Amino acid sequence: MRKSKWLVSPVVLWLSIFLILPMAIVVVISFLQRDEFGNLIYQFTLDNYARFFDSLYMGVYWDTLVLSISTTVLCLLISYPLAYYIANAGATRQKIWLLLITVPFWINFLIRTYAWVLLLRSQGVVNSVLMNIGIIDEPLKMLYTKGAVLLGMVYTFIPFMVLPIYVALEQMDKKLLEAASDLGATRWNAFRLITLPQTKSGIMTGSVLVFVSTAGMYVVTDILGGAKSAMLSNIIQTQFLGARDWPFGSALSVIFAITSLVMIFLFNMALRSRHERAKEGRA
Amino acid sequence: MIQLVNIEKQFAGQPVVHPLSLTIEEGEFLTLLGPSGCGKTTILRMIAGFEQPTVGEIFLDGKNVTELPPNKRDLNLVFQHYALFPHMTVEQNIQFGLKMKKIPAAEQKERIAEAIRLTQLTPLAKRYPHQLSGGQQQRVAIARAIANKPRVLLLDEPLGALDLQLRKNLQAELKQLQRSLGITFVYVTHDQEEAMMMSDRIVIMNTGKIEQIGTPKEIYNRPQTLFAATFIGENNVFNEEDGRMFAVRPEKLIPVSDNSRGSKRTGVIQDIVYLGNVHKLVVHLDHEQTSVSICLDFTDEDTWQIGQQIGIDWSDASEVNIGP
Repeated sequence: MRKSKWLVSPVVLWLSIFLILPMAIVVVISFLQRDEFGNLIYQFTLDNYARFFDSLYMGVYWDTLVLSISTTVLCLLISYPLAYYIANAGATRQKIWLLLITVPFWINFLIRTYAWVLLLRSQGVVNSVLMNIGIIDEPLKMLYTKGAVLLGMVYTFIPFMVLPIYVALEQMDKKLLEAASDLGATRWNAFRLITLPQTKSGIMTGSVLVFVSTAGMYVVTDILGGAKSAMLSNIIQTQFLGARDWPFGSALSVIFAITSLVMIFLFNMALRSRHERAKEGRA
Repeated sequence: MIQLVNIEKQFAGQPVVHPLSLTIEEGEFLTLLGPSGCGKTTILRMIAGFEQPTVGEIFLDGKNVTELPPNKRDLNLVFQHYALFPHMTVEQNIQFGLKMKKIPAAEQKERIAEAIRLTQLTPLAKRYPHQLSGGQQQRVAIARAIANKPRVLLLDEPLGALDLQLRKNLQAELKQLQRSLGITFVYVTHDQEEAMMMSDRIVIMNTGKIEQIGTPKEIYNRPQTLFAATFIGENNVFNEEDGRMFAVRPEKLIPVSDNSRGSKRTGVIQDIVYLGNVHKLVVHLDHEQTSVSICLDFTDEDTWQIGQQIGIDWSDASEVNIGP
């Protein structure tokens, strides 16, 4: 009875083929060795994980965490007010704004990212303008810095944050705000005590999407960060495509996946404890 | 207590409430009654502060509050669909207003307990709104409002979403609550029976205008307009040849089986409806294109038959002039 249920369920089948099986393969490979041509040797080892604790990789790991968290926080700070504004605008204006936010997706992602190169490089648009109006004499070093990577990431992932928050705001019963006002709440208190908790799910979804996407994104880092600002995902890419060291690449991937899960868990806890604190505040 | 002075409300140039004035007395249960779209909810929302009158002024306790936002007005609204905060327990919902007004913690506790006791929510205090039935949610909405000890409680079709039996129970409870709190209730409903049962005074509204203001008794016995006459209870409207229009309640009409004495109207019985303690004749009039209802109580022992030709009489005192 139970067994047949499992077999019948298409979700289980789908998850097995597209999620569990590939993950299992990666986990298995991360414990294997390789020969000098990159072929897998089926012998158990922990060396791949040990290598990760090399200071070089730990530094990259740390940089990746900092970048992903900064990108998430910046996206949230920019997107919440924007989503709030859109959700409270008139119906026509809402449509226009949502269109504007999704339009960049119509343009190839690589082209959009290279456009930032044109803007940021030494002879780029921003530097030319600043020099022409005499604010600076020397071109600013903007391209191939961590700042450029952060900018590119935030630019790329803002829609991932705006849309879930917009949906959460849109679904909220507006009468709740009237009720809050009727009960004496100022606009700020109504926002803090009603709107924010009511849109928690949107913040959560957006943050997870942005965090995981940023941590896994290597194209932006490649194009805007140059060789020096490698992130964990760049290293993983190199291991698989360049160095042909699949076991080490797999080990990094597993570490990366675990990190993402931990971060999602921590974020969830942070939001929940806030909610719980609000609950306890009644005494 | 509350005075609306020549207020008028337009939405996008369309008048929703035509200029009207209304005085609500301290401690009364006043009902705004009318079909949907008659402007009754808009008036309530203007009193609460969610809408600004296009023209006119609103006074609360002699103070002009026309420009004040809702959070600065000493009254509370019970919303049609309750608008309970989903992420807060019953207790926290009730506490919200007290916190906003920075009531000391000890007094908050007392007031919450009092509101919960009055609305019989004690066993549900720690529940979340989604764990409550419609009737229970309704009680929380009222508890949340009265915990603030408002001078006036505004209620926007508070029982509209509930089934009939529950509604009847809560009507009695609400009336009881109003008496024990002694505060002014302004109640909006489209249910005329509800209005009749609960109100001290009823304001009948239609298409943004006040049709009549009066006690339930006055409104039932002395309707002033055709709308008031037909909206409240069942009524029969007669037209005289000189253009005079008057109404006679079904229970005031007297059927006459022996038609020879020359009664005021004649007609043919179309239907006989038994309603338990009363029964009703539906009679099609001979010389007017209309049917009338005659209500008979259990003392009536005549045998009426469908198709029977009868006369209809009434005493002149039962006629209520409506219109010109």
